[in-house]
Amino acid sequence: MIRFIINRLLQGLLVLFALYTITFFLAKAMPGEPFTTEKNISEEAKAYQRALYGLDKSMLEQYLRYPINIVTEGSFAVSTSKGRPVRDIIAQSFPNSLILGLSALGIAICIGVPLGVISAMRKNSWVDWGSMSIAMIGICVPAFTVGPLLQIYIAAHLPGLKVAGWGSPIDIILPALTLGLTTAAYLARLTRGGMLEILSQDFIRTARAKGVPSNKLITRHALRGGLLPAIAFIGPSFAALISGSFIVETIFQVPGMGQHFVNAVIARDEFLLLGVALFFGFLIVIMNLAADILTGILDPRVRLDSNQK
Amino acid sequence: MPLLEVNNLRTYFHTRNGIVRAVDGVSFSVEKGKTIGIVGESGSGKSVSCYSLLGLLPMPPGRIESGEAIFDRNTDLLSCGEKVLRTVRGKRIGMIFQDPMTSLNPYMRIADQIIEPLRLHMGMDKGSALKKAIHALDEVGIPEPDNRITMYPHEFSGGMRQRVMIAMALITNPEILIADEPTTALDVTIQKQILDLIKKRQKELGTAVIFITHDLAVISEICEDVNIMYAGRIIERASATELFANPRHAYTRSLLKSIPANQTKGEKLYTIPGLPPDTSQIIPGCAFRERNQIGDQSKCLTDSRPEFKEIEPNHWAQDCPGCLS
Repeated sequence: MIRFIINRLLQGLLVLFALYTITFFLAKAMPGEPFTTEKNISEEAKAYQRALYGLDKSMLEQYLRYPINIVTEGSFAVSTSKGRPVRDIIAQSFPNSLILGLSALGIAICIGVPLGVISAMRKNSWVDWGSMSIAMIGICVPAFTVGPLLQIYIAAHLPGLKVAGWGSPIDIILPALTLGLTTAAYLARLTRGGMLEILSQDFIRTARAKGVPSNKLITRHALRGGLLPAIAFIGPSFAALISGSFIVETIFQVPGMGQHFVNAVIARDEFLLLGVALFFGFLIVIMNLAADILTGILDPRVRLDSNQK
Repeated sequence: MPLLEVNNLRTYFHTRNGIVRAVDGVSFSVEKGKTIGIVGESGSGKSVSCYSLLGLLPMPPGRIESGEAIFDRNTDLLSCGEKVLRTVRGKRIGMIFQDPMTSLNPYMRIADQIIEPLRLHMGMDKGSALKKAIHALDEVGIPEPDNRITMYPHEFSGGMRQRVMIAMALITNPEILIADEPTTALDVTIQKQILDLIKKRQKELGTAVIFITHDLAVISEICEDVNIMYAGRIIERASATELFANPRHAYTRSLLKSIPANQTKGEKLYTIPGLPPDTSQIIPGCAFRERNQIGDQSKCLTDSRPEFKEIEPNHWAQDCPGCLS
């Protein structure tokens, strides 16, 4: 198990390095440079700025210096557009995205999984048909439609809820709902599929022949296997949820991390861009690993450590 | 009064391509402690008959159209409802299945699966249920049962899993054990062990067994009474000794003739030509007519289904002149 985790973490390091390389050169390939503005700045000032951020060095030197600085100094460079260390920017905005993402995931699991289980139990009934139609709509309707609809029809009418803003805990509800509904829809469909697959297995018939009542049939015999597809999906999508969504953050004015993905590109702020991209990559690697470990716990046939036995 | 008496059971599947008459008027009875066999080709309705009894069929598309199955004088398994049926399933009637590789839950430890009937039906606490389960595994010949009980099914071989299934089905001392082709998925040496085990446990517990198979050798080994099924009906019934010595129906004779061991070496093996009839079509006459080579095909009934009659004392068969000649 330990060996498996170490192996996967080393692989993850390789993935992150590849991600860094691609992001680095794509950022360099962007037209213009961080100090291109509408204002007329003298060449001397620009040269001074470049030297300050180390952007006057050769491409190869820059490419090597960034990861070396991360390892030796723990420094993720300084954002050229904000003039603050990238680490501080992430440290400040990530907690907001984390809270929002966790709430969204909570909503997604609480809605999606039961809906999927019920649909599978009542296959081809109106319950199944209805919830799967809603799930399909949930997948198809984008956040920039759901968000404003919630603002207009719910926030505007319920006292206590604000149309936008990020201050009191109650402000989490609407953005989390917007963010979570799509994931809930995917989860519902995956759970239904997984449960149907399991419910058609021979061992379910064995359990029924033992006289297991139908509620225990679901909870004890079917759920473990039926949730596996959903768990494989939750891993990476959890990383996406907690690293912030530009659209949801913009609609509800949440000071999260998602805005930086877009704003860094607009500002040609390559250090901020590298920082958030690598952080997102790191989350994906960790969450995928967590999903695999969870799968190994749920399904005893999956042996994580191939060397064992 | 027999322990279980099935009368005129009809189970139909209502599918998009019409009504499949999988079981079409089957009657049989099981005496206490005795073994009856149900033999037939794939699709002849033998498994569906038994699944119908325990309410294990997916409904829809399955539907029990008629019949009764009187268990222990007063319970009609077909009409008693799910709640009563659940107190019978796994407690008074146990069941083992064809494929031991897929019939055990791969996500649960053997221990949790095997104590489930005890916990559900006997209200035993976990500790004493586990003790009994370990004992049960020991009785079906699993070495180091207290160690192996904590393992998962994938850590067992096919034969071992079938032993676990048998231990699990018999752990509540059921009055009837339904064995649905329990040896089909196993190789021959293991088959013999499993058959011997079923016989041994049956003797010790006094359980009646309904043994479903398509293997006549297995039937001759284990059963007292044999029912031959074809196209959803029983076409011949007799004691095992009588049936093998004096088969009457052309289908039974064809089955016996197609056993490889009964044929001359070097000659082409005999097989029954054609396929079993499509039970989604109404068969007006004798269902075996088109494949009948041994009897007299021209004399087979074409306008009415042959009646199931006692043609000799304790020897029943479908009364079709073509098939009996």
